[in-house]
Amino acid sequence: MKLFKYIIIGFLFGFGMWKLEAISTFRIIEMFHFQSFHMYGIIMSGVVIGIIITQLFKKGKIKAVHGETVKFNDKSHEWWRYILGGIIFGMGWALTGVCSGMMFVLVGSGYTVFIVFIGAALLGTFAYGYFRKSLPH
Amino acid sequence: MYEKVLEMQEFISQPWPWWMGGIVIGLTLYLLFKFNKDFGLSANLRTMCAADGAGKYADFFEFDWGKQGWNLMVALGAMFGGYVAANYFGGDGLAHISDAAINTLNQMSPEPYLTADNVHIVPGKDVMHGVNLPEWWNLYSWKSLFTLRGLIIIVGGGFLIGFGARYAGGCTSGHAISGIANLQLPSLVAVIGFFVGGLIMTWLILPYILQITI
Repeated sequence: MKLFKYIIIGFLFGFGMWKLEAISTFRIIEMFHFQSFHMYGIIMSGVVIGIIITQLFKKGKIKAVHGETVKFNDKSHEWWRYILGGIIFGMGWALTGVCSGMMFVLVGSGYTVFIVFIGAALLGTFAYGYFRKSLPH
Repeated sequence: MYEKVLEMQEFISQPWPWWMGGIVIGLTLYLLFKFNKDFGLSANLRTMCAADGAGKYADFFEFDWGKQGWNLMVALGAMFGGYVAANYFGGDGLAHISDAAINTLNQMSPEPYLTADNVHIVPGKDVMHGVNLPEWWNLYSWKSLFTLRGLIIIVGGGFLIGFGARYAGGCTSGHAISGIANLQLPSLVAVIGFFVGGLIMTWLILPYILQITI
């Protein structure tokens, strides 16, 4: 039952992303053609509120449930991985119009063919893990 | 009482304005941080690989994945969220994209199939709201999977997402939202990468893939 609360959090997120049309391929194509503010508004308002919340937790103004200060890890400075991995991810994002969070929302909403998409994403993840040492980071 | 519930349902079913994104994402981050967890949905792919025994093949998958159960629950919750939103709060079932975007989409197809009344929220069959999406755009279906076009879009897109997310060390939630919210320069670089890749795909490659008729 300890894990149940995370289902609620995921529910809020998935529900919201559907209603905001962030799961829409058409919205993603529109975004990459700069034809509406909508997607940028979602990301930017999320980031602005995210910065405030992160700073409040980081400085200990808000504490986690057991009274501990939440630790935030800095990302390593391996620039090639962010550039190359980022471009590959972006290409996948625009090809299907779906990112790794939205694929779960779409399976749930009845597009069961996204089980295959998740399977392919697992294969991609495995391929990265397998070839990791020969890739530039 | 029942009428009040229906009114509420109708209210929520309207298309949401963009600033609701700040509220939804803010609430998600707040709750996860409150339980001392971080936000990153693509990490689940690594967990699933590890749970399936991928650790035998690459040490990248040798980690304490048992502790990642909470994140799988977030993904499971997102599935329920999608189910309830699509089935009970779908509204008119349309993607409320701009006229300019509809024009652009129509230039990608052999004929201008789309109008403001038939752009279903996703390019898949609508069973709930009576949106009559033109068959040419029906990409999210098992039938589509067995065409070359659908295969590339569904399997190719999935592979790139899975590979790219782990290579970049995060996806839209891990970098674009929580990484940038934590003022991480690497995350900003990754997000610029997302956009470069997305622009290349959308402008230079996707129009040709959509034309494939086999």
